[in-house]
Amino acid sequence: MLTLEHVGKTYSNGVHALADINFSVGPGEIVAIVGGSGCGKSTLLRAISGLDTPSTGRVVLDGEAVMQPHEKIGIIFQEPRLLPWLSVAGNVGFGLEDRPKAERDARVAEALTRVGLSDKAGVWPRELSGGQAQRVAIARALVPRPEVLLLDEPFSALDAFTRVDLQDHLLSLWADTKPTLILVTHDVDEAVVLADRIMVMKPRPGRIFDEIQADLPRPRDRQSSAFDRVRRHVMAALDRSLSRSGHNSNAETDPSGAALWW
Amino acid sequence: MSLASEPAAQPSRKSKSSLSRWGSPALGLLLPLGLAVGWELAVRAGWSNGRLVPPPSVIYATFAELAKTGELQRHAAATLARVVSGFGIGVIVGTVLGAITGYSMLVRRFIDPSLQALRAIPSIAWVPLFILWLGIFEASKVTLIAVGVFFPVYLGVMAAVMSVDRKIVEVGRAFRLSGFKMVRRILLPAVLPAYITALRSGLGLGWMFVVAAEFMGASEGLGFLLVDGQQLGKPAQIVAAIVAFALIGKVTDWLIVGISTPFLRWEDRFKSPAAQD
Repeated sequence: MLTLEHVGKTYSNGVHALADINFSVGPGEIVAIVGGSGCGKSTLLRAISGLDTPSTGRVVLDGEAVMQPHEKIGIIFQEPRLLPWLSVAGNVGFGLEDRPKAERDARVAEALTRVGLSDKAGVWPRELSGGQAQRVAIARALVPRPEVLLLDEPFSALDAFTRVDLQDHLLSLWADTKPTLILVTHDVDEAVVLADRIMVMKPRPGRIFDEIQADLPRPRDRQSSAFDRVRRHVMAALDRSLSRSGHNSNAETDPSGAALWW
Repeated sequence: MSLASEPAAQPSRKSKSSLSRWGSPALGLLLPLGLAVGWELAVRAGWSNGRLVPPPSVIYATFAELAKTGELQRHAAATLARVVSGFGIGVIVGTVLGAITGYSMLVRRFIDPSLQALRAIPSIAWVPLFILWLGIFEASKVTLIAVGVFFPVYLGVMAAVMSVDRKIVEVGRAFRLSGFKMVRRILLPAVLPAYITALRSGLGLGWMFVVAAEFMGASEGLGFLLVDGQQLGKPAQIVAAIVAFALIGKVTDWLIVGISTPFLRWEDRFKSPAAQD
């Protein structure tokens, strides 16, 4: 169980990025965090990962406060961030350095097979396409078997076909060990396809604005009316989260601005 | 025999590629070889006496003579020993200071301005001071070479450490690396390409400064051969020493490149190493 207790973040330059965020994510649950640009969703994910520490409140995983990167928490970034001096297999096995070589090799081979890249084990990262590189990054994050996997707009740099393919792929990988997934995205479809629960954030300072249950049966049909209903629901919440008539609004009022939430 | 056409087609393609592979070095050799042969012929034909600019055959004879008596080896060994010790000291100090200043902004602000000010001084200007401090023997020569090697290595390492991708370092942090493990698994491989370049420029300067050091009074060394050749009016000996410098300098550079190449195969370069050299 991952719990956020009154998590807030103020940067040293005075930017108030997050304010009083509270929620819990159960084991095996998939939560998507969506929100306008600059609403602090990446900051929130970094606070959960332990790469940044919250200024107030704390992140608790299984009763233990997360103050720095934790072995039970894996993270996948927007870019693959593969280490160019390691082969694909070396990158996937990066988090298994302290394991015996035989075990490491077996787990790396298994993970590469699972992401469909077993024929690429020996090649350098520079030889991979964008989608392949991100699959290697997913394998690298999953191979230490984290309890919580954080994804920071993991597919946003990919083309639409690759993105849909990798979303399905991620779900099938998730089904193997059922880790908790927390996914930051600005793609509403992606959130509805993947998540059990969708958190909509409101900016300045970043806070949770709305929480939407997406209890659709899996696998989800992107064309179904139920899917569309959830999607509209999220869209409406996003629009409201950015509505310029809010009490702290000093931005210019733009009639079409609400639809440009990203 | 329809199959025969395929194997027959391959050798021609192969010979074409080997032509382009050998074609460019051969093209580069054309000018110096042409000049050398032309000069040799000019001297043989009596158009020039070749006293101040000795023809290749005389240079070769001088070179062979020096090598036969063991003179060349003795002088080359003395010079090489100076370069190796000066290079070693310069690399160690440059690497340590460069790594620290690249890593810590505080230390950089503290010592980098002073080092940059020292760098602005032409290193040869130190020579009188070094001789006063360290005497006229090996210590002052090795120090001068070490100073020459230090600056490119220091600058290269500092720039390389400063420019390590924050995102890659973050991957290391996400896998809970810190301290020595972070250095070994992330920072060291990340700076290696720039470090090799820094070592190569350092070595080049080391060879430059050994000549300056040996000019300031040495009883042996290739630089001594140069001065000796000038004072005794033996241009062939000067050119032979220059050729020896070129050969040994190139070989030491090849050593650095050859040793580092297996560690840098991952580089995503505009041109492959083979095409560059």
